[in-house]
Amino acid sequence: MEKFTSITGVAAPMPLVNVDTDMIIPKLFLKTIKRSGLGKNLFDEMRYTENGDEIADFVLNQPAYRKSQILVAGDNFGCGSSREHAPWALLDFGIRVVISTSFADIFFNNCFKNGILPIVLPQEDVDKLMDDANRGANAVLSVDLENQTITGPDGGEIKFDVDAFKKHCLLNGLDDIGLTMQKADAIDAFEAKHAVSAPWV
Amino acid sequence: MTAKTLYDKIWDSHLVSSDEDGTSLLYIDRHLVHEVTSPQAFEGLRNSGRKVRAPEKTIAVPDHNVPTTLDRVDGVVKNEESRIQLDALDKNARDFGIHYYPVDDVRQGVVHIIGPEQGWTLPGMTIVCGDSHTATHGAFGSLAHGIGTSEVEHVLATQTLIQTKSKNMKVEITGKLSSGVTAKDITMAVIGETGTAGGTGYVIEYCGEAIRDLSMEGRMTVCNMAIEGGARAGIIAPDQTTFDYVKGRPHAPKGAEWDMAMEQWKSLFTDEDAEFDLVLTLKGEDIAPLVTWGTSPEDVLPITGVVPHPDDFEGGKVAAVKRSLEYMGLTPGQKLNEIAVDTVFIGSCTNGRIEDFREVARILDGKKIKEGLRAIAVPGSGLVRLQAEEEGIAQILIDAGFEWRLAGCSMCLAMNPDKLEAGERCAATTNRNFEGRQGRGGRTHLVSPVMAAAAALTGHLTDVREL
Repeated sequence: MEKFTSITGVAAPMPLVNVDTDMIIPKLFLKTIKRSGLGKNLFDEMRYTENGDEIADFVLNQPAYRKSQILVAGDNFGCGSSREHAPWALLDFGIRVVISTSFADIFFNNCFKNGILPIVLPQEDVDKLMDDANRGANAVLSVDLENQTITGPDGGEIKFDVDAFKKHCLLNGLDDIGLTMQKADAIDAFEAKHAVSAPWV
Repeated sequence: MTAKTLYDKIWDSHLVSSDEDGTSLLYIDRHLVHEVTSPQAFEGLRNSGRKVRAPEKTIAVPDHNVPTTLDRVDGVVKNEESRIQLDALDKNARDFGIHYYPVDDVRQGVVHIIGPEQGWTLPGMTIVCGDSHTATHGAFGSLAHGIGTSEVEHVLATQTLIQTKSKNMKVEITGKLSSGVTAKDITMAVIGETGTAGGTGYVIEYCGEAIRDLSMEGRMTVCNMAIEGGARAGIIAPDQTTFDYVKGRPHAPKGAEWDMAMEQWKSLFTDEDAEFDLVLTLKGEDIAPLVTWGTSPEDVLPITGVVPHPDDFEGGKVAAVKRSLEYMGLTPGQKLNEIAVDTVFIGSCTNGRIEDFREVARILDGKKIKEGLRAIAVPGSGLVRLQAEEEGIAQILIDAGFEWRLAGCSMCLAMNPDKLEAGERCAATTNRNFEGRQGRGGRTHLVSPVMAAAAALTGHLTDVREL
């Protein structure tokens, strides 16, 4: 996994609430057996007509936001299907940070496995960042994971919380399967005990 | 000893290790696998030279992509990408030696239907699958939830999952349900109350008389949509109904092991003094047959209602409702029971079990569906299909004008050829009414099986109590 330390980039506003993973990456793109190449179909049905032409007023089609690295999103972003294709598509497009008042649980976890930082903030902070994001090419935010800060175009700083273990994995680009395998003895011991207490499992 | 919830008990009994910050390693008893969210995980295993740690606890079945038309028996999968994905699952299942129900096996079906059907799903277990509707299995008093593909790879390699504990939420449905009201209406009513993010961070335990009165099929419907309320999992304490359903299933314990299991399963309940972080109570009598009008599962109203106005809402929901109504082609004030549908879909992990089809047959018996309407019934498994045929249910559906298909996810998410065209409107027994869910531009109204059957007869959303 790619490390995440800090980024400075354009933030795109997406105030719609309940953006689901079907919107982020529609089902016809789930037939892939790869993780890569999904960025061109990110938000496909909102971004393109059925003929494949760009819909001009969709935020990521606007000149200022075509290379956005940050999304400022409405409440409950990433709800619905567990498809990890959603963070794969965001990452492939270039999005490394999503900011919202809340995220759906599975999507939230999936982001951390792919070097994307989802940040939960109170409504007033998200509103402020949404205003910043509406400034087009001037909508530049800096996100520093080590110090857990977001700095806006006016220099104002917002602090955010992040789970310590997830932060550690992101900062160091750690593969958590490798970390868990270091606990193989504990898993072996649990499994042996479990096989006696619940042999039908 | 501290009083515990059912969730606390299952969590504690599966804890391999726990760090000071609460990051925990949870042992996984059953890992269900399907073709869409697993190929990248198996590829990851191969690339790192890892094996499946517990192939005997890992069960694979193709369901999302498989055609449900009868020509499937000839091995016809016209879409090349679908075929590649199905072939990949076939190869991965065989290479890694996991349990597998291929397309041509009569036991094949939607992963959340065949797990319980085959007795893989048992009380007190931890169960995961790369699919959000894994919550279904919570109906047995197991902790079951969806995971992403990276986590699928993690479970394949280690048989554990890194987790932090959720909070406890209790949803109690008191009293009795009225006639025409089903488990689907209960679960939609709860989402209507909590909203789609109301359960985020929680595991919901459903309890109360109306839940106790449900069959296992009904309980699975309730837990299935816990994820639509944002909860990590839904769970129902096991009781005699559960044990009777489980007993004798192919992978259920037998003989002395059954007795030993029963001893443990009887302790799977929330202690009297256990505390919940959040409690929601609904009266069973107050729940009416429900329909969705928008593009979020929280957009529910009784069938007797009217399409709401965006101004009835607050905050970000105002813009979302405006967008929904435009997408759905509906006008504020329009009566819900006058909305015409051209398609009816009955099936999915929410409502594709034998009891669902029995209820549908009861409504359709001897009648014909509205002329020109497309009605599709897709059983949740090959065994549900067989049973429905043996009970004469399938023939009732066919005589009424339904297509009677082979098992799969089908038009619930439209990854196979079954889908809506732009502008088509469907009464569906599925779980998501998202934009484009059943096909780009397709319009979905979520309903119970009996409400879907009623709509099929009249050609519009219909109060089943008036038939």
